[in-house]
Amino acid sequence: MAVIEVDNVTRIYQKYSAQHRFKTFKSAIVKGDFFKSLKPDEIVTALQNVSFKVGEGTTFGVIGENGSGKSTLLKVITGITKPTSGQVAVRGKVSALIELGAGFHPEISGRENVYINGIMLGLSKKEIARKFDDIVRFAQLEEFIDAPVKTYSSGMYMRLGFSIAINVNPDILLIDEVLAVGDASFVPKCLDRIDDFRRRKKTILFVSHDLATVERICDRVLWLKEGKAQIISEPKRAIDAYLQDIAKKQKEDFESKQHEVEQRMEEEWDEERREARWGKREIEIRRVSLKSPEGQEKYVFSPEEGMLIEMDVRSSARIKDFVFGIGIFNSQGIRCYGTNTHSEDFEPRFIQGEGKVTCLIEKLSLINGTYYLDAAVHKKNGYPYDYHRNLYSFMISSSHRDVGIARPQHSWSFSPGIEIKPPLSRKARG
Amino acid sequence: MLRILNNLKELFKYRILVQNLVSRELKARYRGTVLGYFWSLFNPLLLMIVYTVVFGFIIRPRDPAFEGSPWLYALFLFCGVLPWQVWFASSSLESANVLLVQGNLIKKILFPVEILPIVVVTSNFIHFLLGLPILFVFVPILGKGYTPYLLFLPVVILVQYVFTLGFAFLVSSLTVHFRDIKDILANLLTFWFFASPIIYPMTFSTIQEHKWLNIFLNLNPMTHIMQGYQNCIFFGELIRWKRLGVTFLVSLLLLYIGYSVFDRLRDSFPEEV
Repeated sequence: MAVIEVDNVTRIYQKYSAQHRFKTFKSAIVKGDFFKSLKPDEIVTALQNVSFKVGEGTTFGVIGENGSGKSTLLKVITGITKPTSGQVAVRGKVSALIELGAGFHPEISGRENVYINGIMLGLSKKEIARKFDDIVRFAQLEEFIDAPVKTYSSGMYMRLGFSIAINVNPDILLIDEVLAVGDASFVPKCLDRIDDFRRRKKTILFVSHDLATVERICDRVLWLKEGKAQIISEPKRAIDAYLQDIAKKQKEDFESKQHEVEQRMEEEWDEERREARWGKREIEIRRVSLKSPEGQEKYVFSPEEGMLIEMDVRSSARIKDFVFGIGIFNSQGIRCYGTNTHSEDFEPRFIQGEGKVTCLIEKLSLINGTYYLDAAVHKKNGYPYDYHRNLYSFMISSSHRDVGIARPQHSWSFSPGIEIKPPLSRKARG
Repeated sequence: MLRILNNLKELFKYRILVQNLVSRELKARYRGTVLGYFWSLFNPLLLMIVYTVVFGFIIRPRDPAFEGSPWLYALFLFCGVLPWQVWFASSSLESANVLLVQGNLIKKILFPVEILPIVVVTSNFIHFLLGLPILFVFVPILGKGYTPYLLFLPVVILVQYVFTLGFAFLVSSLTVHFRDIKDILANLLTFWFFASPIIYPMTFSTIQEHKWLNIFLNLNPMTHIMQGYQNCIFFGELIRWKRLGVTFLVSLLLLYIGYSVFDRLRDSFPEEV
């Protein structure tokens, strides 16, 4: 049975300018047409025709960029705001962790705040009295519960808020990005509690940017983009689609930047880019392009992907001493990899006229980030014909969270005495 | 109308919240101050002293009701200044702000927002109640006696409660859309203070001689409420049932209008505050 039904919901925000308000106020006083004249100057569509159902006992994730309408969706479901059109039906008691500790009064003690907050979330005084110790213990605030809330650190504040909200014992729990601010010891506790909720077949609506957690705990995921539901599916597909969209956007950003660089190179490399390109160009690198192994030009790669570096070269004379080389640098300027034909013992014979040099990297195996590419042709002794320093860039984007410079291929295994749950990952990690 | 009744039913479920918020309000206000709740009486006391000095001692009360005594005049002042300043004026000013100040709550938690102005009016009402014993102590000191008409005080208080609440609903919801109301209100209250018989009695000869002034003052609902207090405490006579009755009806109407406007604008609060 569906406990949350969102049917074709649209939510439009209207903005009124101060000037307009004044006119409205004037006309309200003069003509008395108060409600009619309250017209907006700007309309923002936060949600557009969103429909979905959340079945009882399932965990439903909502992902999307900032401003895609996630929080508005939660507000509509809790009833804090009403949809402009469409229907929302919710069966059961809802607890909203939209903002932890909203409504705490700084001047009074934690104890009193627990009571007031609890009542606001729909508990009776008796219920709170019964759960009070649990709440305080979970928040680890036994010593401070009688101190005014203004003396709490932001972590204590948040712990108390979370503890109250989770102890309300709702049928439906709404979680909005609250785990983002927790410290290293509290977040796992929260996740434990959420798991406990799932085990007890309660319904959870989980809004987060933490895709790994979404993937781990959600049964179905909705991806919102600009207020529209892009996809509702099992987590893997939705997250993939979302990541792809982000990558596409990054790529577009990147390409426009790339384009700029190319233009600059053509126009004014002599002036500005001297240090970025040098050599007398007896052999000239006329163009460098980055491609997928299939030959499609691109700038955003995943660590598992391969890359094709293509150099269009030209030599006006017949030259017998030449070496082609590449180098990959990360954004801190660390050389992640460098090689050339000489160090790999290719023996040059001659080059004349136009040609193409291709270097295929079968698997990039780098961590996330932006990388810069050197391309060069020089003599064996190092005399440069044409040296391009960091003129080309590409990006590695993935859901991995590993650190370092490179990503050696790896896998984990454990002897039978060690019990450890493998990730429910869409791709085996590593 | 039906919707309002439904809302009232919903509101009843939240009475414990109102109770807790009021007590929180009272506690929070005095926590951290040395003199505690006397601060809330400080302002009306100061006002009273200033008016007593100026009108009682310097100008001298001319109305026969005061028998030429500045002390009686001081008591008369106290009867009006206490409910006006401690209860009505503070409630109005605070409720103009309350939705904006508690914006975070409105945006994040689902609860009947009308609780907020109710809490404002109620907690100021309790301040007023806490000030009443002081007023009673002063009655014999300043030269008057207690009369059985004091028993009618709750009637006057009820009328003022309804009136203040209606006004609070109106002001709090409109301020969300027109922030200027906050500033207009502060000035309006000064004007209103002098347009109510607080520092002068309605029996004052100048008022009685000017027909239009008399009518104007009588159209002000607060006139009758203030007179109610003065009748019960100062003059020791029966409250004017008819006038207070009409005022009560006007107050109920204001409450209805205030609540309707509030209800109508309710959906816009989360995005506007």
